[in-house]
Amino acid sequence: MRQSKFAITAGYAALLSISALFIIPFVWLLRSSLMDLSQIFTMPPEWIPKPFHWDNFHRALTILPFGTFFTNTLIIVAGVLVGTVATSSIAAFGFSRIRWKGRDAVFGILMSSMMLPAAVTLIPSFLGWKMLGFYDTYYPLIVPAYFGGGVFNIFLLRQFYFTIPRDFDEAAFVDGATYFQIYLRVILPLSRSVLIVVALFSFLGSWNDFMGPLIYVKSDSLFTLALGLQMFQGTYTAQWDLLMAASAAVVLPCVVVFLIGQRYFLEGITLTGLKG
Amino acid sequence: MKETAFLRKNAVVLGGKLRDRRLSMRKGLFYGLLFTSPAILGFILFTLGPMVASLALSLTDYNVFKDHTSFVGFDHYVNLFSGEDDLFYPSLGVTFYFVVLRVPAVILLSFAIALLLNLNVRGRAVFRTIIYLPSIVPAVASAMIWLWLLNPDLGLVNAALRWLHLPTSNWLFSEGSVIPSVVLTTLWGIGGTVIIFLAGLSGIPMQYYEAIEVDGGGWYRKLRHITIPMVTPTIFFNTIMTIIGSFQVFNEAYILTQGGPNNKSLFYVFYLWRTGFRDTEMGYASALAWVLFVIILFFTFIVFRTSKTWVHYEGGERA
Repeated sequence: MRQSKFAITAGYAALLSISALFIIPFVWLLRSSLMDLSQIFTMPPEWIPKPFHWDNFHRALTILPFGTFFTNTLIIVAGVLVGTVATSSIAAFGFSRIRWKGRDAVFGILMSSMMLPAAVTLIPSFLGWKMLGFYDTYYPLIVPAYFGGGVFNIFLLRQFYFTIPRDFDEAAFVDGATYFQIYLRVILPLSRSVLIVVALFSFLGSWNDFMGPLIYVKSDSLFTLALGLQMFQGTYTAQWDLLMAASAAVVLPCVVVFLIGQRYFLEGITLTGLKG
Repeated sequence: MKETAFLRKNAVVLGGKLRDRRLSMRKGLFYGLLFTSPAILGFILFTLGPMVASLALSLTDYNVFKDHTSFVGFDHYVNLFSGEDDLFYPSLGVTFYFVVLRVPAVILLSFAIALLLNLNVRGRAVFRTIIYLPSIVPAVASAMIWLWLLNPDLGLVNAALRWLHLPTSNWLFSEGSVIPSVVLTTLWGIGGTVIIFLAGLSGIPMQYYEAIEVDGGGWYRKLRHITIPMVTPTIFFNTIMTIIGSFQVFNEAYILTQGGPNNKSLFYVFYLWRTGFRDTEMGYASALAWVLFVIILFFTFIVFRTSKTWVHYEGGERA
């Protein structure tokens, strides 16, 4: 397509200013997390910390047991991630590589649950877990991931599995392979990139989850980073330096994981098959 | 003699093949259900079951701290709609206001950004990363950052407005501006929607634009007659997802405002959570949940119905 020089220049300028707007909150977060309170409160605002208060991070992360919160979050994230990747890829196999009567209808019903507001199932799920004696444990947060790992992930994997030629399965079939062997030896090795996407979505989903831990976790010692940060805000309302340092520490792992996996990420979203 | 033997042999082969096919079909059903059973079981245990249970609960006065639970029929629903619950309509109003403000803002802004990102400029990938990045920031952290940015006395936003000699605002702390402020904070996280639009845009064949260029048409005609019609399925998808998401906003309400000031940001799901978990009126909260479910269903249905008139599918087929 022909693009005029003017259009390119104007578009470039627009992109630069929008990107600046999107990045300023990060800069503001970082500069506040490295300043002392008196510099934070100067007006008009200054951008460069003088001096750099790296100890803000140490102070913020030791006032509350953020180490414990971090470990707790990791336990949940790991548990959810394993369950999600394992069961969503198995389910997606059953919904794409095996032919059976009613397959697409069943998948359609599962897909419809994506439109269901989580609020509707919230209270009975809570009561169910409580009745089983799992209130104030991580089971309600982790176990559901082992039951399909979320419809969206199944959808994503299924879309990808459909792009793998059927001949591969049939060749393996002729060699006497079972469905499970085909899944394990043929399909999984070919789906590395999508599985990474699903793992990334799962990581971010449980790392960022707030409502789940808020409802199911009661003891401070079981708090996740999200809950801990919220508690921190409730206790140290005006300590913007420490609050920003703690926030930056919670954001950082997400940013790192995203930057490492972003190639797969953006591919994966495109893979949902949404064509114009 | 020879003939019958041949026929018999053939019949056996055919029969065998048939039996094989039927067997593999039946086997397919067995393995299909086996592989999908975790997902199907999960759907029954964590979606369908709780949904039905929540409907049943909404007809009772169940409260965690009461010994006795009795059937109350549609009392809760009557309570809600008759206005006896004086927070129900305000909370619905707040949520509708939020949805009406947020959905067009998200769709227009992310479509515009996607159009820009679709230009063939240098550094596209970097811009794309920058715009997507905020959407992965944990909701709690994002709320902290915005609380600080929008702080009326010391926040960056008011400082910038003062520097530009523009009027400042109390943002999250005044009744009139709280909802627009929450919308503003959520706009930081539209990266996911942008990327989906971008995927839609990149699927448009170049020849279509070239045809318009041959006719001497400019960017406006391209946008109006090719780009927009071609991405209507994506607009449709993003609109539905944004509507569903906006009705359910919770984290922002919980962390940014706690429903305040003066209940002017009493978002529906926050009110539901407060009723069910803080006040432990779980029967009543279940009724609230079902009302929300029906509302979302209704709006999704409307968008689906109208989509026939404005969503364009290539080759006239519908997805």
